[in-house]
Amino acid sequence: MWGGCPTGGVSSEEGTGTTITIPPVTDTSLIPNDVVERVLAAALAKGGEMAEVFAEDSTSSGAMMDDHRVEELSSGRSRGAGIRVVDGETTGFAHTADLSEAGLFAAAAAAAAVAREGGGKVRTVALGPTRAHAARAQVLPGSVEKAAKLELLTRADGAARAAGDAIVQVQVGYGDSRRRILIANSEGLLAEDDQVRTRFNVMCVANGDTGMQTGYESLARTEGYEIFARHNVEDLAGIAAGRALAKLSARPAPSGEVPIVLAGGSGGILFHEACGHGLEADHIVKDASVYTGQVGELVASPLVTLVDDGTVAGEWGNFAVDDEGHAPARNVLIENGILTDYMWDWLRAHREGRASSGNGRRQSYQHLPMVRMTNTYLLAGTENADEIVAQTPSGVYVKKLGGGQVNTATGDFVFGTTEAYLIENGHVTEPLRDANLIGNGPEVLRRIDAVADDFDMTPGTCGKDGQSVPVGCGQATLRITGVTLGGTA
Amino acid sequence: MSDLLALATSVVEKAQAGEGMEVYVVRGSETEVRAYEGSLESLTSADSSGVGIRVVLEGAEGEGSRLGFAWAGSLDPAVIEAALADARDNARYATPDPDVVLARPDGASVVEQDLWDDGVTATPMEDKIALALELERATRAADDRVRQVSSADYSDERAEMALASTTGIRSSARRTTAFVSVDAIAGVGADTQTGTGFSVGRAPADLDPDEAMGEAVQRSTRLLGAQKAQSGRYTVVFDPRVVSTLLSVMASALSGEAVVKGRSFFAGRIGESVANAAVTLVDDPTDSRAFSASTYDAEGLACRRNVLISDGMLRMFVFDTVSARRAQMQSTGSAVRGGFAGTPSAGCRALVLQPGTKGADDILASVGDGLYVQSVTGIHSGVNTVSGDFSVGAEGLMIRGGALAEPVREVTVASTLQRMLQSIVEIGGDLRWLPGSAAGQTLAIADMQLSGE
Repeated sequence: MWGGCPTGGVSSEEGTGTTITIPPVTDTSLIPNDVVERVLAAALAKGGEMAEVFAEDSTSSGAMMDDHRVEELSSGRSRGAGIRVVDGETTGFAHTADLSEAGLFAAAAAAAAVAREGGGKVRTVALGPTRAHAARAQVLPGSVEKAAKLELLTRADGAARAAGDAIVQVQVGYGDSRRRILIANSEGLLAEDDQVRTRFNVMCVANGDTGMQTGYESLARTEGYEIFARHNVEDLAGIAAGRALAKLSARPAPSGEVPIVLAGGSGGILFHEACGHGLEADHIVKDASVYTGQVGELVASPLVTLVDDGTVAGEWGNFAVDDEGHAPARNVLIENGILTDYMWDWLRAHREGRASSGNGRRQSYQHLPMVRMTNTYLLAGTENADEIVAQTPSGVYVKKLGGGQVNTATGDFVFGTTEAYLIENGHVTEPLRDANLIGNGPEVLRRIDAVADDFDMTPGTCGKDGQSVPVGCGQATLRITGVTLGGTA
Repeated sequence: MSDLLALATSVVEKAQAGEGMEVYVVRGSETEVRAYEGSLESLTSADSSGVGIRVVLEGAEGEGSRLGFAWAGSLDPAVIEAALADARDNARYATPDPDVVLARPDGASVVEQDLWDDGVTATPMEDKIALALELERATRAADDRVRQVSSADYSDERAEMALASTTGIRSSARRTTAFVSVDAIAGVGADTQTGTGFSVGRAPADLDPDEAMGEAVQRSTRLLGAQKAQSGRYTVVFDPRVVSTLLSVMASALSGEAVVKGRSFFAGRIGESVANAAVTLVDDPTDSRAFSASTYDAEGLACRRNVLISDGMLRMFVFDTVSARRAQMQSTGSAVRGGFAGTPSAGCRALVLQPGTKGADDILASVGDGLYVQSVTGIHSGVNTVSGDFSVGAEGLMIRGGALAEPVREVTVASTLQRMLQSIVEIGGDLRWLPGSAAGQTLAIADMQLSGE
């Protein structure tokens, strides 16, 4: 829960509950407080222990340059509310694009359909003081001329093509979004956030004697347009083009178990898949994770201290309140190899009689919240990255990872390379074609035998149960003594 | 005329001189039921709607046109008006392009699909909840080794769409879908394995919960005791669900848009042998058995049957209007879009590999020794449709002496898509219509690299 207890709460005193009159949340409030209070009361009319209103107003814009042309500028708007009623083991949920009182009441009635008849008491909900959070953006992307955004695309396109004659295709994308949310629940919680995100990505195709290869690089921050003052789009384009060009001379990746050195900031997706998802409490409480019942146990190398931290300003998985109105936190999941805690949303925490860890997230108002990661990272170690490579006689050096996938119940996971090289006699040598790595979470985490001091974060999109949310991943250069690499050689 | 088409048309009528416009509107409702441990875990019911507007500003003769797009998650007139203004403004900034045009009616015959079943609305909510509860109960009871059912879901959807344009397109369609799925976790001692089963249809009455249950139980229990296999080159037999997934992924290399932009390993290979001569691959949304069957494409043109590969030869790609112009071809009625918030692009809807005659058992017998793959992971990180590189995580069972043998996990299978197509040795007759953009059947591919121990 965010700092301090809300002053309100549900009262079931036959209609005599006191309603605190509260001034407007802010002048940009999505729904007036008195309406929210009446809707929450209506949602509990048939019974239930908790009702929640999640209102959202999001706008997004994007532009894409493909094959030299600005092919598409797009903009979108989505506005609505999701209403949740929790009654014992059951959750009722309904959403509506109609934020009028009538629209919200209809959604509340639909969500309340799951509540057992016979509650019957008149409920009154009184909201506590608002915790409102202004956008953490110096320059709102919506205030920037479209022509300036297109200039970024042109610059990146030119830089990518200048990287080498073999670059035959370049696709550059720009996108920004602003997501204003209001969350109120019958416990009296009332919170608002204004989340601004900006991203830029470059995809290149290089063509050579052995066929075509691709290279990709992205920049994505929970910040405004000011990111382009710090980050040069030409540099991003150069990295993407360099990846595609390097792979033109790539040989097939080896097949079988090999030592792997993951470069700092290569994706961090190792931890996201190897244990992140398995530490989400919704999997834990259903005994659908290999990490169930493992708190206090050694589940990784003592070099591993893993943190999930939604508070890291500017990172892709950052926010001021989660999608259940709770403040994010720096949650230590694994400390020196020992499992310390899981990640929690309201529902799973409530059933265990504890507080949410600020990990309740949802894709939009049309989705139920669930336990999700924010920015998940391995704390840096003390070794030197170059030394780690030098001390690896043979293996594979992974400079950049793509996506991955995990089966939380078995712990088996895969993650793919998009830039990798052979390590021979302690030196990084030939480039390798893309391949997936496969391993078992607890096994692989125990095989980490070196962690360097060159920590970096990367953005990603995490999909779970059909919902996508922005997340960050981070790690320093590290070595795993053996993982199965799925090449063909 | 449906009220949605009337709405789309009324927006199109606001087009100004020198301005082309396409308006796509969608309205739908959904139900989602999840059962857990004999109780209703969650029930979601909701209506949603939205609009996507493309505006084409026509330039001077020979200059080309500029395209702008905007969408909104509402059909409120004021919201549509704002989206229209946004689309117009966006168009001002696009690069003029002679290939940017809206689809025009092309005279292709319309194969009407009846994709609507009132059973979705007529079935009481209690019955839908009961379906999920019974599926969960039956899965738990089916086998002592099933120690958990992490989810048992029923869901359905009703959707209506309409599209109108200044170029004379007027189309509307509607569809219903119903779905059950169940995730079983089998365990013996410390050994844990999972399996998913599902059933799809147009209405609850089409669903076969026993089939979903049976699949989840069989898939999870038969993997118990799985180990890594020895690395080496194997003939790999993929089950129909995996084949459907592989075809869906490979489909992006058959998109004319990817081809004209040089992002497909098939580019420049029309008329060449790209697969074993037994391979004929058809994209046919007019086959009503396909889950993704459709009367119209995402630009409102009639869907049609397109033969992409026949007898191993690459014959054609699928095109939407713009990619077709870039390739100096005609649209193949193959525009797809990711809902009202997306713009059309060229894609496959209902891929089918022309079935052979053998069932799965006959194929296992003829393969003799190899690996049977029942599920794959890392498809999106491990399959590159530009380079053709292919490497995915796999689990399944070894094939020994022509039959399924010991279970296998934590291995990868790898090759390139180019080699895999040439190395197809058996195409099953056990065609199964599955959710997604492709059907699947048992398929055997020779000489793939397995990475394990």
